[in-house]
Amino acid sequence: MAIESTMTEPKIEVAALRKRFGDLEVLKDINLTVEAGGVVALIGPSGSGKSTLLRCMNLLVAPDGGRVRVGADSFDFGNSGQLPPAKTLARFRANTGMVFQHFNLFPHMSVLANVMEGPLTVRRMPKAQAEPLARSLLVKVGLADKADAYPNKLSGGQKQRVAIARALAMEPEVMLFDEATSALDPELVGEVLQVMRALAAEGMTMVIVTHEIAFAREVADRVVFMRDGVVVEEGPARAVIDTPREEATRAFLSHFHRRGEAVPG
Amino acid sequence: MYQWDFGLVWTYRWLLLDGFAVTVGFTVAIVVLGLVAGLLAALGKLSPLRPVAWLASAYIEVFRCTPLLVQLVWFYYALPILSGIEMSAISAGILALSLYGGSFYAEIIRGGIVSIDKGQTEAGEALGMLPSQVMRRVVLPQALKRMVPPLMNQSIIQFKNTSLVSVLAVPDLLYQGQVAAHDSYRPLELYTVIAIIYFLALFPLTLLVKRGETRLAVTD
Repeated sequence: MAIESTMTEPKIEVAALRKRFGDLEVLKDINLTVEAGGVVALIGPSGSGKSTLLRCMNLLVAPDGGRVRVGADSFDFGNSGQLPPAKTLARFRANTGMVFQHFNLFPHMSVLANVMEGPLTVRRMPKAQAEPLARSLLVKVGLADKADAYPNKLSGGQKQRVAIARALAMEPEVMLFDEATSALDPELVGEVLQVMRALAAEGMTMVIVTHEIAFAREVADRVVFMRDGVVVEEGPARAVIDTPREEATRAFLSHFHRRGEAVPG
Repeated sequence: MYQWDFGLVWTYRWLLLDGFAVTVGFTVAIVVLGLVAGLLAALGKLSPLRPVAWLASAYIEVFRCTPLLVQLVWFYYALPILSGIEMSAISAGILALSLYGGSFYAEIIRGGIVSIDKGQTEAGEALGMLPSQVMRRVVLPQALKRMVPPLMNQSIIQFKNTSLVSVLAVPDLLYQGQVAAHDSYRPLELYTVIAIIYFLALFPLTLLVKRGETRLAVTD
């Protein structure tokens, strides 16, 4: 890889990324960069490939070809689609935080243990150091009083905030959000978005797959609209959402109110 | 009408106690070794490496699909001739019973592992865990909870299966009972008492399993 000035180098770089599941080409030659501290929202209809793209960024899904770089770690998949060795993969993923639609908290561990798990097991941090870190992150997501609770006693919004704290405990360079609010009751969405908003304000580099168009418009710097495995339109968030250039983007956004709330039904 | 005389059984109490101790010791050994074999076979069957998965499947099916009594006899008589390793009746018994139990444990353990939501594995991987850490820290602790009742159940069966080692003249409870029966000409009393001893040892365990299953249903 060419040596560039680290000042201007994007934090995330995805180049010529391809992925197919069987006969279905899910990602067709995707190119995407995210600046350090940038917040990019991936929007698009179901099946557009946005979640797969996000999962390729931390290699939970192995691309069939192309290049993925996060921070200093870069992988070229050429045409092989072969995943790097488990150790290399694990080190790479430790540097990217991921938040899932269905939270995926560890149900056999307390909230505190969930947040400490990454530091203890992956970073080999002593407990005396991991616990204050975990507690400070729980304060940050507003759940300091739930440290000893188990996940099954939490609301969906609380679970997702714990999941965010768990990902942050790895002190990752980037955070990936895979429809983090899609499984939540409407009245619980706000508390999770609030945490994400605060993270963005702190300068965390974030890629967000979302159906919350209003949130994307407000928090993201850039919006990427995908359909059928290609990037149809990309640009500054407000420009893409308020005045889309492409017909497909307009058609997709017309399903939402101007203020960005989903039309019922 | 048969005249029962259980008083006579008391004469053989130490013999029967010895036999019971052998049976319990045997059970502990074959449960522990069986669980090790079962865990390895389960992980092997889940391995992405084809030959490993195939080998594990072959082991499981061979031991599940042949009678235990045949395995015992085969390990005692045939294996030493084929391998040249001389084996005592006790080692042959422990080996055969452990491998037999392991094949059933393996399927229970594998079932428990695959029953855990894929999202759990993904969450562990996303944190940067190695596959072995995901298994040890995330999947197995959850799967174990679901596996405990069927594993206990299989272990109860294993406890009873130890009675088969008496055919190799291992002095377990049944073998000692047979000795006493021949000695006293009172087989009815002795076999009845032996059945009662097995029952008294195992019935509380089945209650424990039932309680475990109820508790599991509450927390899940």
